Amino acid sequence: MALQTPSQTVGPYFAYGLTAAQYGYDFDQIANDVLVPDDLPGDRIHIVGRVFDGQNTTIPDAMLELWQPDIEAFGRIGTGTDPKHRYHFETIKPQSHDGQAPHLVLIVLMRGLLVHAYTRIYFSDEAATNAQDVVLNSVPQERRHTLIAQRHQVNGHTEYHFDIYMQGELETVFFDV
Amino acid sequence: MENKRDWSVHPPYLHPGYKSTVLRAPSKPLIPIKHTLSERGGPVFGMDSIGALDNDLTKNGIKNAEPLGERIVVAGRVIDELGQPVRNTLVEVWQANAAGRYIHKVDQHAAPIDPNFLGGGRCLTDDEGYYKFYTIKPGAYPWGNHPNAWRPNHIHFSLFGRNITTRLVTQMYFPGDPLLQYDPIYLGVPEKSRELLISKFTLDLTEPDFALGYQFDIVLRGHNETPFENK
Repeated sequence: MALQTPSQTVGPYFAYGLTAAQYGYDFDQIANDVLVPDDLPGDRIHIVGRVFDGQNTTIPDAMLELWQPDIEAFGRIGTGTDPKHRYHFETIKPQSHDGQAPHLVLIVLMRGLLVHAYTRIYFSDEAATNAQDVVLNSVPQERRHTLIAQRHQVNGHTEYHFDIYMQGELETVFFDV
Repeated sequence: MENKRDWSVHPPYLHPGYKSTVLRAPSKPLIPIKHTLSERGGPVFGMDSIGALDNDLTKNGIKNAEPLGERIVVAGRVIDELGQPVRNTLVEVWQANAAGRYIHKVDQHAAPIDPNFLGGGRCLTDDEGYYKFYTIKPGAYPWGNHPNAWRPNHIHFSLFGRNITTRLVTQMYFPGDPLLQYDPIYLGVPEKSRELLISKFTLDLTEPDFALGYQFDIVLRGHNETPFENK
């Protein structure tokens, strides 16, 4: 069997190649922060958060990719254009799918990360289905909260907050997929 | 279905020689996940995602003249671990210009920006897994990792493959680059697989009177999978 080509960091300068329109470069991008067309039926939601390093400093040069399996939608955003280095995705609330609780798959890339990291976003208002979810249940109980986005109503829309901690006490659960 | 990340070929998260890993590498062990439908799907991009000049970086940033530097062809084949082609998958690239300067606003290296070179491109692999870019050979540039640190010439690559688990972001290097032996990003890769990141100069891809050719084949995870052609 052929050896897999090794991973390397996305580095600090991905923006004009992968998220050019977001950062104002004269090139388009294959996906952005909005995963679905305006008229797609469903509960419109926003997912907002920040990425923190081991000193709890906000990371301004991360790139996040969101895969939504139930509707096969994909998004991509960098944390470098928001003044507080927040990321922001807009989509419709995922449905239970494949016998799993509603969730999204999140890929985290940045300078200093030699291999991208996978995590999942679950939803705080799905406690009953979350309790049955096979993947969530494979995570030690004391760390499950790192995978659950907290629901808020902000200016009349539904916003889920999901911060990502690369290290430390609150370290987000990353999966070996 | 065999589709695991082979950790014996990939760099570890924590590689202290590359200083940025120290505060950014996950410190707790990854949690293994049994693949579900969520891992068996992934985005599929079609020709509608690709512009006419997207695979030609010598042309897609032109304002009023040709970009400066050594024109090259970078091409290869994307395959899985059994050597089967990964068809119609998106390949994205980005790189510094010939002087070693990225157009990115954060890059403050005192080398000239080339007004006619953007440094970003993309294409799809064909039915046999082949891709091809025309570009300018990127220059080396200094960085702040340690005193007198220089990145070897490289082109960043981003690929998706058949599903979300085959996603790969990597860097292609050039043969014989004397900076490789000092580069902690390259040296983070275990010795047995480093060579896979180095392109090969070949006359087969070299276009007479036009551009030198470098071959860079890419092996994505997995084999024997039902191809996902769901869009």
